Formats: sequence, C-alpha cells, structure tokens
Amino acid sequence: MAEIVIKSVAKRFGSFQALRAIDLTVADREFMVLLGPSGCGKTTLLRIIAGLETPTAGEVWIGGRRVDRLPPRERGIAMVFQNYAVFPHLTVYENIAFGLRMKRLPRETIDERVRRTASLMHIEQLLTRYSGQLSGGQRQRVAVARALAMEPDVILMDEPLSNLDALLRLEMRAELKGVLEASRTTTIYVTHDQVEAMSLADRIAVMNEGEIVQVSTPVEVYRDPAARFVGSFIGNPPMNFITATRLADGEWDVAGLRLPGPAAGERLEFAVRPEDVDVAPGGLRAVVRVVEPLGPHTLVTAEVGGRPFRAVLGTDVAVAPGDELSLVPKADRVRWFDPETGAAVR
Amino acid sequence: MTVRPAPAEAAAPEDAPRSVTAVGAAGRFLFVAAVVLLCAWVIVPIYLMMVNALSSPREVTAFPKSFVPSFDLGSLRFFVTFAGVAKALWNSVLVAALTMLLSLGLGAPAGYALSRFDFPGKELFRLLVVMTRAFPLPLLALPLAVFFIRTGLDDTALGLAIVHTVLAIPFAALITYSLFSGIPLELEEAAWTLGCTRWQAFYKVVLPLVLPGIAASAVFAFIVSWNEVFAAAVLTIQNRTLPAFLVQSLNVSPLHLKFAGGAALVVPALVFIFAVRRYLFAMWGIASR
Repeated sequence: MAEIVIKSVAKRFGSFQALRAIDLTVADREFMVLLGPSGCGKTTLLRIIAGLETPTAGEVWIGGRRVDRLPPRERGIAMVFQNYAVFPHLTVYENIAFGLRMKRLPRETIDERVRRTASLMHIEQLLTRYSGQLSGGQRQRVAVARALAMEPDVILMDEPLSNLDALLRLEMRAELKGVLEASRTTTIYVTHDQVEAMSLADRIAVMNEGEIVQVSTPVEVYRDPAARFVGSFIGNPPMNFITATRLADGEWDVAGLRLPGPAAGERLEFAVRPEDVDVAPGGLRAVVRVVEPLGPHTLVTAEVGGRPFRAVLGTDVAVAPGDELSLVPKADRVRWFDPETGAAVR
Repeated sequence: MTVRPAPAEAAAPEDAPRSVTAVGAAGRFLFVAAVVLLCAWVIVPIYLMMVNALSSPREVTAFPKSFVPSFDLGSLRFFVTFAGVAKALWNSVLVAALTMLLSLGLGAPAGYALSRFDFPGKELFRLLVVMTRAFPLPLLALPLAVFFIRTGLDDTALGLAIVHTVLAIPFAALITYSLFSGIPLELEEAAWTLGCTRWQAFYKVVLPLVLPGIAASAVFAFIVSWNEVFAAAVLTIQNRTLPAFLVQSLNVSPLHLKFAGGAALVVPALVFIFAVRRYLFAMWGIASR
C-alpha cells in the first residue's frame, strides 16, 4: 500500500516561489502524471517527493508515513531521471543490482531480480556492457530496470522519454505503460508532453506557475478543462477562444452568433475545440486563411471576428483559402471561461 | 529543408583549390613534426643526462662525445654511497608523500564543496585559493623559519610538507573542483534514491569516476614537492630533501657527479609518473592499456 498525500507543500528558491501550497493525493497503484509547461514547478514537486529537495512548508506522506524530513533512501521510492543517470563505471548488471546490494539482499535474490527486470525491459543481452556502449534508448531501459528491480512503493519518473527521438519515444511509451501497469506500483510521472500524459495517466495533474490547476482523468481534462489555461495547454491544435458579450440572461453574442450560455457574468470567453465544429448553415462566419490536409482530417485556420480560429474538418469538405465557411459549434462541447480569473463558468 | 547550392566561385586559375589529400598531407606533416619536436623537448635532455651519468668521469669531460653510454657506474656508485644522499632521498620521498596526502586531503573536499554547494563567499574563496600563490616564497621564508623554530616544526619532514602543501593546494582544489563538476549531480542523486547516504554515494559513484583525475592531481602535488628547493633549503638543516642537499653539495662537485645527482632527481619522478600513467589516460569503458 503506498498512497501519496501531499499537504500544502510550498517551495521557494530565494525570491522565486516555485510551488504555492500544493495539495495532491495519489491513490495506491495509481499512475499520476504531472503535466505543465517548463518552469511550472512539476519537477520541483517530484524532487520534493523523492527527497532531493526540501519543501519550504508542508508535508509529504507516503503509505501513511510522513517522509518530508527523511533522506531519499528511507522513503521507499525509486526514481528514473531525465538523463538516465546510469553509472558509467558499472556494467548494466551492476547498475541494476546497485540498489539491491545496498539493501544487502542475498546474492541469489539479487541475481534473480536483475535477470527478471532485465528481461522485462528486453536488455538481457546487454548485461555485461558499460553505459558508454549503449544507445540512449538502451540507457533508458537500464534506468527503468534499475528502478523496477528495487520493487519500490513508488516510482518517480522525471521526463524519462524527453531525450529520445520521436519514434523511439512512441515505442518506449507503449512499453512503459505495459510494464508499469503489470508492476502495479504507484507512479508519478512528470512530463510537458500532453500526448504522453494523455496516453499514460490514470489521472493528470495539470500545473501552471507553481499551482495545480486541475486533477482529473485524461478525458475529463480534455473535455472539461477547469481553467482557460488547461484548455489552451492541452490539445493540439489548442482550443479556440472568442470573447462573448452578454445579450440577455443566459444569452451571449459570440462574434455575431447568438448562443445560449451561463446566466452569470457580464463578459465571458466562449471556447470550443477545433474538432467540435461542423460546417452547417447558421454558424460562426469564418474566412479561411490556411488549409492543411493531414490525411485523416483537414486542419483549417480561419478568421472569426478578426481573430484566428482553427477547425478540424473531415476530408470530404472541400475548402480553399479565401472561402467563407459557416461553423456551428457542437452545443454539448461549448465551454465558457471567466476572462478575469480564467476559471470555467457553467 | 532545401540545400542551398554553394555560390559559384569566380576563382582565377592560379587560385584553384588544392586537392584535399594535398592539404591533408601538409597537415599530417605538421602534426607529426610537432609530436616529434615535443617528444625531443622532453627526451633529449633526459637522454643526455643519462648518458653522462652512466659514463666514466673521463668520458664526461672528453670531446667528441659518444651518444652511447659506456655503462660505467662509477659516478653513480660514488654518488649513492656519498654521505647523506640516501637520507636526503628518503626525506624527499617522505615530504612529497606527505604533501600529496595533505594537499589532496584538504584540496579535494574543498573542490567538492566548490562544485556541489552554494555558500556565501564562494567566489571570494576561489580567488583566495589562487591568491596563496601570489606571495613569493623568499618573502615568507624568514618569518616562516622563525615561526617553525618556535613551534618546533623546523628541520622536520612534516614542517616542510606543510609549506609544500600550501604550494600544491590551489592546484589540488581547482583540479578536483573541475573533476567533480564533470560528474553530473544526477548520478549522485540516483545513488541516494537507490539507498546510499551522501558519503556512500560519494565513494561508490563519484570517487571511481574521478580517480584518474585524482591520480593526476596527486602526481602534480608530488612533483611540486619533489622539485621545490628554496623552502627546503631554508627550513631544513639536518633533514635536507634531495634537491636542497644537491644544491648545497653538488655546487662544488665535479661535473660527472652533478649528472649523477640530476639523474637521481629525475628517475624517481619518472618512475612515479610511469606507475600512475594508467590512471592518467584511462577512460571508463575504453580503458587504454
């Protein structure tokens, strides 16, 4: 059992507030992804959980034990680093066995675990090599095997795939997902790549400027962003935003289109994902600027009310730059945000 | 991405580019010449000294000279049995070894601290470490000698080793600082998460990786002490180190004995460097043999 509870953890580097009062609970065996742009504090939070950084305030609990004053080795964690951190003076075998030897496990147990995790990560044939003789992808596998062999309560991963090339990243992503699901270990995974987050996570904690903006399942984070930032950060191409003015209670003017919306507020921002619009009469008037046929669909960048607006259309719609389209947002996919606070309004 | 064609060159015929192999051959010649020159710079003086040390006194002063030694061990035998030489040699080794231990024992932790921690006055500390070399030894020698006599450190190997340590420590601290900075902090952090204390992570991960550099730094401290004459001559009387002893006695000795003394000074340093050469060149994963 290794539930992780983070209670109002804050971190300050000099005058820079890296984390402001973070609260987060990661359930036992859950795969939690910390997602956010660089500098949002996600790596700092991970390092605080690992014990490599001391929080300025707050508490960290792992499996019912308060750990924020304990050194990393007493926290029951294993970590995979961005640059792999495979020890260059040891062979792959010795690297994987390193932590097990520190635990003074019997020789046979160590050997069995090293071979098992190595075969799990498909590096059995590399056990006698040194890190200098491995490719980036192989080093990554060694780093993951080394963490898994520890059989920790919690595995922490700091952008483990960011140094791999695109194709290898895709392959490793799928493999990591399978291996970590099978190991049933609580995992916290830091990334700035939303696709990685969506594909791996049970839940995603979206972070921005030292705060957690939303914690939800990938689908919910995508469908129902809790804040304008989440909508704009997740999704490629990102969500479209149009400033709406109030006509009457629950009626809004969106770039000349009359739409039903929340009853509250004077000004709101209308938001819809590019794939949630249909070409039909009686919609937003859009002047097409750029057409990008992407194979399965066509990405159209148009102008609505003088602002850029992206739409993902089926390939059956014939459009060319200069065309005028009428785009009807799907009623159940329209979201509204407060332009002042950025919070979602219902 | 498109590859832009190189702009057409309106070169005059005599300006025609030379073939790559011709340029390569010239570069190769320069390279080999430089290597030969550098080797000669080191080897020729040592060779000449050896030839003279291994020749009989008559051959040393004779002309024309032979470049093959006659392996007359007379000069060397006389030198070795000369009163005080053995003791001076032992003193030199002792002082150099102490200097090596002290300068690394104090300099390496300083280098580690400089590379791993941020503390107030870090830049000033780095400057001050180098500043210790700004005071000329002759200036310090007299007060030092007085101070040493008062504390009873005069004419001891430890006293001299302390002075030599002061000379060697800036290099030890700065060399180890750059060595430790070359080891990613992530490696240490990985060791901590794998069950190491800070100290265990240091000796299981960092130390094996910096050992070649530490060896180089140790050799350097050894040589600094081995070659130092001034402080040794001022601060010791009975327990002279070899250089100090030779300066004092060989000044008035015949030429062949000077060569024998020179050889006795150079050979131990050469042997020591030879012994640690593996560490000087070794790279992890691709150990050179």
